[in-house]
Amino acid sequence: MLEIKQLSVKVRDREILHGVNLNIKAGETHVLFGPNGSGKTTLLMTIMGLPKYRVTKGSIKFKGKDIVGLPIDERARLGIGASLQRPPAVRGVKTREILTACSREQMGRESIGRMAEKANLTDLMDREINYGFSGGEIKRSELLQLMAQGPDLALLDEPESGVDLVSIALIGQLINELLEKEHPIRNRRRAGLIITHTGHILDYVNARTGYVLFDGRIICEGDPREILETIKSKGYEECRKCAR
Amino acid sequence: MRKIESSKSSEDKARAALSKPSPLGEDIDLNNYIRSADELPYQDDPLQLPVETKKQMIQAGIILDNSNQRSGTIIQMDHSIIHSLSKQEGIEVMGTNQALEKYDWLSNYLWKAVAVDSDKYTAHVELNQSNGYFIRALPGSKTLYPVQACLYLARSNLAQNVHNIIIAEEGSELHIITGCTTAPREEPGLHLGVSEFYIKRGAKISFTMIHNWTPEIAVRPRTGIIVEEGGVFLSNYVIMKPVHSLQMYPLARCVGDNATVRFNSILVAPPGSTMDLGSQVFLNARGARTEIISRAITTGGNIVARGYIEGNAPEVKGHLECRGLVLREEGTIHAIPELKGTLSNIDLSHEAAIGKIAEEEVEYLMMRGLARDEATAAIVRGFLRVDIEGLPPQLSLELQRAVKASEEDFM
Ligand SMILES: Nc1ncnc2c1ncn2[C@@H]1O[C@H](COP(=O)(O)OP(=O)(O)O)[C@@H](O)[C@H]1O
Ligand SMILES: [Mg+2]
Repeated sequence: MLEIKQLSVKVRDREILHGVNLNIKAGETHVLFGPNGSGKTTLLMTIMGLPKYRVTKGSIKFKGKDIVGLPIDERARLGIGASLQRPPAVRGVKTREILTACSREQMGRESIGRMAEKANLTDLMDREINYGFSGGEIKRSELLQLMAQGPDLALLDEPESGVDLVSIALIGQLINELLEKEHPIRNRRRAGLIITHTGHILDYVNARTGYVLFDGRIICEGDPREILETIKSKGYEECRKCAR
Repeated sequence: MRKIESSKSSEDKARAALSKPSPLGEDIDLNNYIRSADELPYQDDPLQLPVETKKQMIQAGIILDNSNQRSGTIIQMDHSIIHSLSKQEGIEVMGTNQALEKYDWLSNYLWKAVAVDSDKYTAHVELNQSNGYFIRALPGSKTLYPVQACLYLARSNLAQNVHNIIIAEEGSELHIITGCTTAPREEPGLHLGVSEFYIKRGAKISFTMIHNWTPEIAVRPRTGIIVEEGGVFLSNYVIMKPVHSLQMYPLARCVGDNATVRFNSILVAPPGSTMDLGSQVFLNARGARTEIISRAITTGGNIVARGYIEGNAPEVKGHLECRGLVLREEGTIHAIPELKGTLSNIDLSHEAAIGKIAEEEVEYLMMRGLARDEATAAIVRGFLRVDIEGLPPQLSLELQRAVKASEEDFM
């Protein structure tokens, strides 16, 4: 579903990603680890198509189509969705309005209401989006928007950071629903890329492949739990060795 | 044209102020405008007015064909009251001249909320007054539907000089929607409007005013509001159509304990429009409160958005919020929020912010599948949305509809 080859990306005049390769098939969930500043958010924003992140080399294919150069909204309509680490508040625009606007199948008020209930966000439906939301509310509202959007590929940027343990369980549930984890593996169509700095989310969401991004390069690929164990016991410092 | 019996002293003061310029706004040469207009016939049924006239009125929030949603209607065209009707007992609606003839006591209400010698415009209205409207709620009366008042400038080059008096007697509630508009052609005209509001103990007025001018019109409203104990004044002002030059700075005085004043303004300045607008509130009694909120957008015109709150009594509270959006760089917005406190136990605050549409917000909505122009429209719509407390739902809805209709014009 997503094929990234030799991708290099510049922000302003600085190259942040250097030749990244990544492949995600339909139905698969992958996890991207990496220390702060390694370029995880940059990779996600580049896949989503934010103009600030300039592709200088390589390619991004989605459903077999080269999407480099497509505007953000076209990528969204092709089926890519992202939950942001720090989404902006949009004053005067209510959560409910965004949900209605982004829902692919023109969901009615009722089904949006039911989803909001699941995400424990009923009270935020008539508030201005992200304005004065707590950390956990932001994460859940991002996931709720994705659930309305129903993307084939969900890019999740640190969906659990700054969230307490009880809420992580709920966030895990929402992600599992978003990625059709309740379906048998062979029936799953949706793919996911979850960025995590801490790895906590792996207690709730199963993933097939893990990567470590370090200084803009993927330096390791393998079983996500194994990678997480190594990071937990030895820290990202250990990765520096592989980076050489 | 009948003339108000005004006291000698008002006339004298006015004469002395005839060439006194306003400290704000471009000086307008009153000699460029004609003063007299034909007496226009009374319309028993304003639905018979020409289609284009009614269309202008609708855009200013005045509805004629479903007027069972109004507790009363008054229409002044040029200098003539061409229709006036109250449909609810306890609510009085008539031309100011007629009201002054009917009530001797009414002359005591002239020039008490606005000083006659404020500037040459108030002086001009005193000396050349051409009617205006009188709306009053008797003690305890509450309007079921808003009363609508329309000031219509038909004759080109005319100076319209109206004097409006609005009184909410004790414990009453009065909702008014005022539409000011002109014939739909680009010809000069001048609208001078003095409005004096008196809100007695425990009474409430909501005043929703929509300005629907054309690009050659100059407008100088002069408004004063006096709010007694526990009274509430709620103003909603909308201007989204071009105007040549508009300057107003209504002043509300809270003279009774716990009086409350709220001003909400939505201003859109297209190319060629010059607007200098704001609201002033004096909190002169214990526990008085105010909130002044404005949203200004320029698509090429120039806006000065002012606000002034003065706290002169204990336990008063005031907040001023002024936000501006520059959609095209030819336009400017100049926000001037001012606070003045003369005591220690008061709470006055303000926030002002001017900017362009944040690209980050547009991109965020695009990630959700909205096209760039849809995302921009959603952000602008959100910016203009001011949730108005205390406005009857129907009026709130109509206001939203008016804003929405104009949005399509400038986006
Ligand atoms: N908008 C930006 N402007 C300037 N530098 C940026 C911007 N976004 C990211 N960077 C830089 O790119 C590098 C990678 O950042 P980021 O992708 O946010 O890392 P991560 O998400 O892994 O913490 C950092 O050095 C960061 O400072
Ligand atoms: Mg990041």
